[in-house]
Amino acid sequence: MLNYIWFGMMFIGVVVGIFTGNIDAVTAAAIDMAKVAVNLAIGLIGIMALWLGIMKIAEESGLIRLIAKGLRPITVRLFPDVPEDHPAIGSIVLNMSANILGLGNAATPLGLKAMEELQEINPTKDTATNAMCTFLAINTSSVQLILPATVVALMGATASQIFITTIFATGMSTVAAIFAVKFLEKRRQFTFEPGGNS
Amino acid sequence: MIESFVQGVTEVSRYIIPLLLVGIPFYGLIIKKVKVYETFVVGAKDGFTIAIRIIPYLVAILVAIGMFRASGALDLLLNFLSPVLTFIGFPPENLPLALMRPLSGSGSLGLLTDLINQHGPDSLIAKIGATMFGSTETTFYVLAVYFGSVGIRKTRHALAAGLFADAVGVFSAVYICRFFFG
Repeated sequence: MLNYIWFGMMFIGVVVGIFTGNIDAVTAAAIDMAKVAVNLAIGLIGIMALWLGIMKIAEESGLIRLIAKGLRPITVRLFPDVPEDHPAIGSIVLNMSANILGLGNAATPLGLKAMEELQEINPTKDTATNAMCTFLAINTSSVQLILPATVVALMGATASQIFITTIFATGMSTVAAIFAVKFLEKRRQFTFEPGGNS
Repeated sequence: MIESFVQGVTEVSRYIIPLLLVGIPFYGLIIKKVKVYETFVVGAKDGFTIAIRIIPYLVAILVAIGMFRASGALDLLLNFLSPVLTFIGFPPENLPLALMRPLSGSGSLGLLTDLINQHGPDSLIAKIGATMFGSTETTFYVLAVYFGSVGIRKTRHALAAGLFADAVGVFSAVYICRFFFG
């Protein structure tokens, strides 16, 4: 699916660009964004190093295992393929907590740590497992209790009204994400087979 | 009441990061006798490799998004869809944000800023926009970074599920805001 969407975006971009006379802008965007991508990645290094260092301490001191144990009733249902006391569960829980609290900077490194640990129990290293897809879907549905600081700044006094509607809407999208992965993971076109399609 | 709750939560969130930064090493060093400095350095080393590893994935995704955005295809789609949207009670003004949100964080923030400036923070359109922004994520970016960091190329149903969740978030934002404020 990603193959078609990726190609489709570029293809539509070029075709529409030719017809609307924006083709120079399309070219410029392609070159610019390639640079932006590298800058984004490089910009992540410092924050990543900070949180991964702290996480290592949490791991060595057994803190992660403790947290994972506490939330086992929920995580067993969401991630049935991951062994109960696997460190990935701890990282997943921490990533979600960071998301809920609106700590985007901390959430990404924690999430990447979780992915690395999920990859350890992945039999086919180039293909996503059910647990990975579930984790990603929940992540992209944006579980959030605290509004992004930017939204608060923009909305001013009305931000507190948005608080409630955002919790409802984000709750709906998270539930939808969980149902969607659980439904889709059993569909034939997405089945988990070594060398299967994407 | 809501106001003071929001204020309280925001207040607490200011302390979370500093507390984690000292709390975790405190637990490690004082309670569990872990060599915190050495452990930190070992963990931090991975930050570099992971950041470098995601570059090809980010380049692929961001270039495609950039080309699509710059071509003006989004505006065409908007013109095409706005009669249908009006019919189902979806303000067409909110559509660019809804379509941009999974693609680009900075792009969608720009659109939201524009909506709020044009219509004022008290307008239904601004409220729907802000709710949308808070209840969805930059799905393509998250996918590229998370899967890229471990070298996963076959992403199976992750994108479909993520986009479905975004769509539900977008429509929920519209109808919940209409219900509360409309």
